[in-house]
Amino acid sequence: MARIGVFVCHCGENISATVECDKVAQAAAGFPGVVHSIDYKYMCSDPGQNMIREAIREKNLTGVVVASCSPRMHEPTFRQACSEAGLNPFLCEMANLREHCSWVHEKGEATTKKAIDLVRMMVEKVKRNQPLYPIRVPVTKTALVVGGGIAGIQAALDIANGGNKVIMVEREPSIGGHMSQLSETFPTLDCSQCILTPRMVEVAQHPNITLYTYAELIGLDGFIGNFKAKIRKKAKSVDEKICTGCALCTTKCPQKKIPSEFNEGLGKRTAIYVPFPQAVPNKPVIDKDHCTYYKTGKCKICEKVCPAQAIRFDQPDEIVEVAVGAVVIATGFTIHQTGFFPEYGYGRYPDVLTGLQFERLASASGPTLGEIRRPSDGKIPETIVFISCAGSRDPAKGIEYCSKICCMYIAKHAMLYQHKVHHGKSYVFYMDIRAGGKMYEEFVRRAITEDQVNYVRGRVSKIYERDGKLIVKGVDTLMGAEAVEIEADMVVLATAGIANPGAEELAQTLHVSYDGHHFFSEAHPKLRPVETNTAGIFLAGACQALKDIPESVAQASGAAGKVNILFSKSELTREPLIAVVNRSAPPEYSTCVGCFLCQPACPYQAIEKEEIKDRSGKVIKTVARVNPGLCQGCGTCVAFCRSKSIDIQGYTHEQVLAEVMAVLEND
Amino acid sequence: MENKIFEPKIVAFVCNWCTYAGADLTGTSRIKYAPNVKIVRFPCTGRIDFMLLLKAFGEGADGIIVSGCHPNDCHYTSGNFHARRRWISFRSLLDFLGIDTGRITFSWVSAAEGAKWAALVNDTVSRIKELGPYTDYEKVARYYEEEVNHE
Amino acid sequence: MNIGFYPGCSMQGSSPEYNESVQAICSALGISLIEVSDWNCCGATAAHNLNRELSLALPARILAHAAADGLEEVLVPCAACYNRLKMVQHEIGADRKLQDSISEILDEPYQGNARILSILDFLERDVEPLLAEKIMKPLKQKIACYYGCLLVRPQNILDAKRHEDPQSMDHIMQLLGAEAIDWAFKTECCGAGLSVSKTGVVAELSGRILDDAAHRGAKAIIVACPMCHSNLDMRRKAIEQHRNKDFDLPVMYITQAIGLALGIDPVKLGLKRHFVPVNLEL
Repeated sequence: MARIGVFVCHCGENISATVECDKVAQAAAGFPGVVHSIDYKYMCSDPGQNMIREAIREKNLTGVVVASCSPRMHEPTFRQACSEAGLNPFLCEMANLREHCSWVHEKGEATTKKAIDLVRMMVEKVKRNQPLYPIRVPVTKTALVVGGGIAGIQAALDIANGGNKVIMVEREPSIGGHMSQLSETFPTLDCSQCILTPRMVEVAQHPNITLYTYAELIGLDGFIGNFKAKIRKKAKSVDEKICTGCALCTTKCPQKKIPSEFNEGLGKRTAIYVPFPQAVPNKPVIDKDHCTYYKTGKCKICEKVCPAQAIRFDQPDEIVEVAVGAVVIATGFTIHQTGFFPEYGYGRYPDVLTGLQFERLASASGPTLGEIRRPSDGKIPETIVFISCAGSRDPAKGIEYCSKICCMYIAKHAMLYQHKVHHGKSYVFYMDIRAGGKMYEEFVRRAITEDQVNYVRGRVSKIYERDGKLIVKGVDTLMGAEAVEIEADMVVLATAGIANPGAEELAQTLHVSYDGHHFFSEAHPKLRPVETNTAGIFLAGACQALKDIPESVAQASGAAGKVNILFSKSELTREPLIAVVNRSAPPEYSTCVGCFLCQPACPYQAIEKEEIKDRSGKVIKTVARVNPGLCQGCGTCVAFCRSKSIDIQGYTHEQVLAEVMAVLEND
Repeated sequence: MENKIFEPKIVAFVCNWCTYAGADLTGTSRIKYAPNVKIVRFPCTGRIDFMLLLKAFGEGADGIIVSGCHPNDCHYTSGNFHARRRWISFRSLLDFLGIDTGRITFSWVSAAEGAKWAALVNDTVSRIKELGPYTDYEKVARYYEEEVNHE
Repeated sequence: MNIGFYPGCSMQGSSPEYNESVQAICSALGISLIEVSDWNCCGATAAHNLNRELSLALPARILAHAAADGLEEVLVPCAACYNRLKMVQHEIGADRKLQDSISEILDEPYQGNARILSILDFLERDVEPLLAEKIMKPLKQKIACYYGCLLVRPQNILDAKRHEDPQSMDHIMQLLGAEAIDWAFKTECCGAGLSVSKTGVVAELSGRILDDAAHRGAKAIIVACPMCHSNLDMRRKAIEQHRNKDFDLPVMYITQAIGLALGIDPVKLGLKRHFVPVNLEL
């Protein structure tokens, strides 16, 4: 028999001003199964909680209803109190008399009656509650970091320095990402490589970090604390253990005209190559698509010249499976190429560049060793035009969002140009200057006032070539919308930052959600910016939205912090409010008929197939099983189940039906 | 009884994350609304088995509100879409049973829409008052007993 | 092949040479065109500035007649007519209510599903494949293909390929043996209807076009729009005065250029009707 205790709270006068609390307690005392019913001024206070604890002990209560404020406010408080008195916390329910009754209705009979109804609902529910116990899941204290740009590097180092293992997967032959391509960084004009390369080396040398470069994540199964990741290590055709990194092979390779990805096509590389001199690991790979041997079956010059005999043409791709407890996605972004812009020449003018290409020109390690020279004829541009928002903030032409980093890097580019070409003239066409950030506005001001960069507020409608000059036709909206025509030697487009081409596929592999632009979605835009909706998978850097370096680093450290919290215990506990498939004695085993309608309905891939076998191992029946590590407790499967075989703990069919019946009970 | 003003009985089926929290906000904002509605809390509108709505009608509810997170805002990513789809097909069952679909309000109320919740309740209450008490519930109860329970 | 044909006013009034050359090459290549019965004015630039319903109803009536004639496709050589018909088809097609009210005005149900072909669509699809065998006199000259605005904009409605740098005329001219220059004024404004009211604007805008084509060594400008043709050809004096510079640069319809390459008599192509004489050695 149920022995329920009801505790009606006045909440000072918050409830008692409109609800007659004593009457509610009296009425509740008459409900079947209620053996104890009192009202008190502050149920959440220490004396109030004591009343609950004492009643549980003295009256041997099997369930508690606290009729006070919203359960979203004090449910943990009262459940804790019950638990202290030896009652399973999930046998405590709250009737919301404050937010849903006393605060929203006038004083009167109807309001008190509604309060009584609300209590009756919860009494009927709690009678059907079952004791539940937190779910414990073991945790593998190894994190997988996908992407080796600055965000991935920061996350990996923070996790590793926290004493946990990290496996880093990078698609390219070297880690470093876009930051390694940059010349200087705003707003300090620090050399990007100087601050980044020590971090790259640290990753390679850290005892807690295993680095897989030239590798891709191809599968992820499991759940928080217990993932299994499948990684494809693409064949480098070089035995890394033997290779000394002397790079002799790269000087002898006959394929010398492959556009260098690192130099954004402005420089050339060989087929066996190290992307850049400071690469980590600093060992070459063979690009099979361009290698003469792989294409024609002849050449092997690299093999002949290699003093360590490290070339392995027959090396296969390798699939590794690793167990990890958490994943940090840090796959970064890419940008629109100049060919995306019809009005700026469909990419056919060699001296119309993207911002990243300009970075390479300005970089001391770039194809021109830091001199700003035109790709077409090598001349130093006397006049240069920068166009911001190329594709950004313009749904008709590209994307509606702001790419965020461009205003600042354009100011930096113009500054770098003025520092390198003293007599040069630079123009920036802009819509707005968005320089929110520490020392950012000051930086832009410096470009305008000290370096005499001409900022023109207006858009550029067309660029075309005439007699070796790029004619830039635009408008100056601050000068009476006057048409402006500039004969430029070079134009730099701050092209829109976009998600990586493989982002959608990766999101599907990882079962995380992504937005319409294929950026990965955070669990909550304000309060959970580094988590995804899938427990145990975190986000860092520009793969979530465009970010500059400090923001990427901050988010990466945030994600690493979350991972380290998760790894701080060997088990993690979760609320048991999850779905379960019923099980019973043979020959039924379960009412589940194995239709698996629930499977596609589950947003978390938590429904598994379970085979029930007899002693000889023969499969008798296949039924659904809910993976308690993955289930988040939404209950969508419950409504889908035709045989009512899945139920959700805490919101069972029986419980909600009892509530509905109690509401409609005739008085 | 006949001289008494008709006060409809309305059951609200709401999700924990948006509409329940939205109704909490109505409270914290002290916005008044009619006391005819009682809320049953679910983790998500995707959890709501719509046969439960039928059961509520069978037990004498005059009106029902179903409300969850706005599309794309579901705490569980897609539960509200399932609920919306179910609602679309459930409507034709109501038509078949001869229950006025106007007795059900299907809506989205976010955790920030306290005022919307109050307005939604008041609108529903006044609409149900116009429709009058739901008297055919025995018929539904019979259907529920015969068809649903003996499935 | 049953291709409908809507001439519009300019083919019969200001630009008979365009019509003559279209007819000449079609008969040379064995393509028959069926004129839409009892056609009317497309409304062009005037109607949509004055009365929206009229501007929709005029082209709708043309489309309705084409449908009544059983024509699935209608060739509209004039770029302005083409643009109006496409715009109206787009506007009415997407709006049920509008369809009803237009049907009421027309006093017959709106039927606007005929495929509207611009001269470039037509040449690319139906003429280009036949050319290789029939070219008698290759046009070994540097020329500039000028498309103007009406054949490419609004890009999302006309579905023009590479709308800032269209290529279809260039391809045809290359097939005819000419060298099509790469230039930036292919789709710039010629001044259009301001020809009459503000000739000075046309002189400036069309002048820039001529200047760039000449500067890049083009020996002729190839067009596909009567408006562009008259601004670049008929307004040549005004342009030359405005820029204080003479341009020895004839302007030809693409259909005339094709006709020349096919060996058709220049007179039949209307080449004698131009203000700027066309150098027949071209």
